[in-house]
Amino acid sequence: MADHVEIANLSKVFPTPKGPLRVVKDFNLKIRRGEFVSLIGHSGCGKSTVLSILAGLSDASAGGIVLAGKELTGPGPDRGVVFQSPTLLPWMTAMENVMLGVDQVFYTASREERRQIAEYYLTVVGLADAMHKRPAELSQGMRQRVGIARAFALSPKMLLLDEPFGMLDSLTRFELQQVLLDLWNRNRLTALMVTHDVDEALFLSDRIVMMTNGPEAEVGEILEVPFARPRRRQELLESPEYYRLREQLIEFLNVRAYTLKGQTPGQGHGPGTASHAPTPAAAEPTKPGANADHAALKKEPALKA
Amino acid sequence: MTFLKKIQWDALLMPLVGLVLTLLAWQLVSGRVTPQTQADGTVEEVKSGLIQDLPGPLQTWEKTKKYIVEPFAKREELDQGVLRFTWYSLVIVGKGYAIALILGTPLGFLLGLSKNFSKMFDPIIQVLRPVSPLAWMPLGVVIFANSGKSANELAALFTIAVCAMWPTVLNTAVGVRAIPQDYLNVARVLKLSRTKTLFRIMIPATLPYMFTGYRLSLGIAWLVIVAVEMLTGRIGIGNFLWNEYNNGLYTSIVLCILTIGLVGYVLDRGMSLLERRFKSAV
Ligand SMILES: Nc1ncnc2c1ncn2[C@@H]1O[C@H](COP(=O)(O)OP(=O)(O)O)[C@@H](O)[C@H]1O
Ligand SMILES: [Mg+2]
Repeated sequence: MADHVEIANLSKVFPTPKGPLRVVKDFNLKIRRGEFVSLIGHSGCGKSTVLSILAGLSDASAGGIVLAGKELTGPGPDRGVVFQSPTLLPWMTAMENVMLGVDQVFYTASREERRQIAEYYLTVVGLADAMHKRPAELSQGMRQRVGIARAFALSPKMLLLDEPFGMLDSLTRFELQQVLLDLWNRNRLTALMVTHDVDEALFLSDRIVMMTNGPEAEVGEILEVPFARPRRRQELLESPEYYRLREQLIEFLNVRAYTLKGQTPGQGHGPGTASHAPTPAAAEPTKPGANADHAALKKEPALKA
Repeated sequence: MTFLKKIQWDALLMPLVGLVLTLLAWQLVSGRVTPQTQADGTVEEVKSGLIQDLPGPLQTWEKTKKYIVEPFAKREELDQGVLRFTWYSLVIVGKGYAIALILGTPLGFLLGLSKNFSKMFDPIIQVLRPVSPLAWMPLGVVIFANSGKSANELAALFTIAVCAMWPTVLNTAVGVRAIPQDYLNVARVLKLSRTKTLFRIMIPATLPYMFTGYRLSLGIAWLVIVAVEMLTGRIGIGNFLWNEYNNGLYTSIVLCILTIGLVGYVLDRGMSLLERRFKSAV
């Protein structure tokens, strides 16, 4: 099948007090229709930068993106975005938050049909009883469920997720990974997800794109995840193949993310080394396994969210 | 139990103690009038005390009772219950305040939304803001001089609106500038129309700030009314105060001050309840 998404020679330069900083350089990636791709890399390497260009919230300095045969210009509801914080509008109920987008996309449908769409997705993410609550009355995990429902309810051409579970405790994170996977199994949207978490990437993705360190970060290696779908976490954890892939990811993050850019592992390169605040994920490693930052933490204690 | 006692002590008893102490201090500094029979048989009133002409609490109560126990009575044009006078004032304040909000809110939005608009008009606003109602009033009279019978009222409304508007303008502008980028991104990603973005995102996000402005504006509108009534002679609580002063009935002045203060307090409490409602909604 033809590629659904094509990111070609994408570059992003930020003006900084010390002069222009080329954060991402010549980022190339093709994604097939219905494919779930994860983007993994050290904090500050430019993952969010790539994602927000895809979302149209930020302009590329060079290069371009083609989605379903059309060059992307600016934001639009043909891409469903889930951020780390769910960015729900606090004065609207969960239902109203989802409806805001549904009304935009399905404006030709009747009001009742639109309501049913929103209700369907809220029910699937497990919020049948909490639809009419405001974000303040919902737990962090429930809010992110609304965020996921809101993105899927648009029936977008592409789903963009930026560390969607990064702020959650590990138990809730497992729950929501399952929610996302279930929803995605019903409705195989083309997805690009940024994550820190090696296990999360392996559990959810068809392919894992590993980014080198910045500045001038680019695609380092791509890992195919061969596990059949639908997947069960337990089965994955019992497979030796899982641990081989996991080792490969950690090895990349600990060594080749640096060496590919001519850096020495553990020397504190790149802008990501400026802050000593550990990410929530790094502060609280998931069991079993670790996330990208945590894996790297053994040699590289200074990473930021 | 002890917790409950403590709450009651703090919430009820302490303000009462404060009130009693204030009344005592008032009594101490106020003047007394004692009738004295002179040698020729006539009775003369003799003043004494620290501030001879300041009526004390008891004297105030006795002389102004009739305004209080029948608060809505209308005996004559200038002899009405205290709440009736207050009502006249509230009506005109309400109108002026409404004008202030109707003009101030959009102005605040424009300032918050457009950097250029802000650069153009912020200096002017900063200069006009501190001008006293006593200074605006004559200008109002001049502007509406040819409006016939309603000239007086229009001048009063002009003064209230122009003085009360600024907190609404400035707080709304701050609120608009403080709308989180995340919320605006939602609008961008969903490609909401301008109207939808304004009414479903920007206004709800700004409401808490707007209500802070509204509360402060109401306080100013109520402050201004006394000055406006003194200058225009419109019937109302401020005008009553001024007339009674001119007639040497100083007890009424105290009554008016207390009434104005209480009404102002009630208005502010009401607005801050509303304000908190909108704060918690966001
Ligand atoms: N608006 C900006 N101006 C300047 N530098 C920025 C801006 N946004 C991001 N950066 C820098 O770009 C780099 C990549 O950031 P980001 O894409 O958020 O990283 P990641 O999501 O991989 O952690 C970081 O070093 C960050 O400091
Ligand atoms: Mg990021």
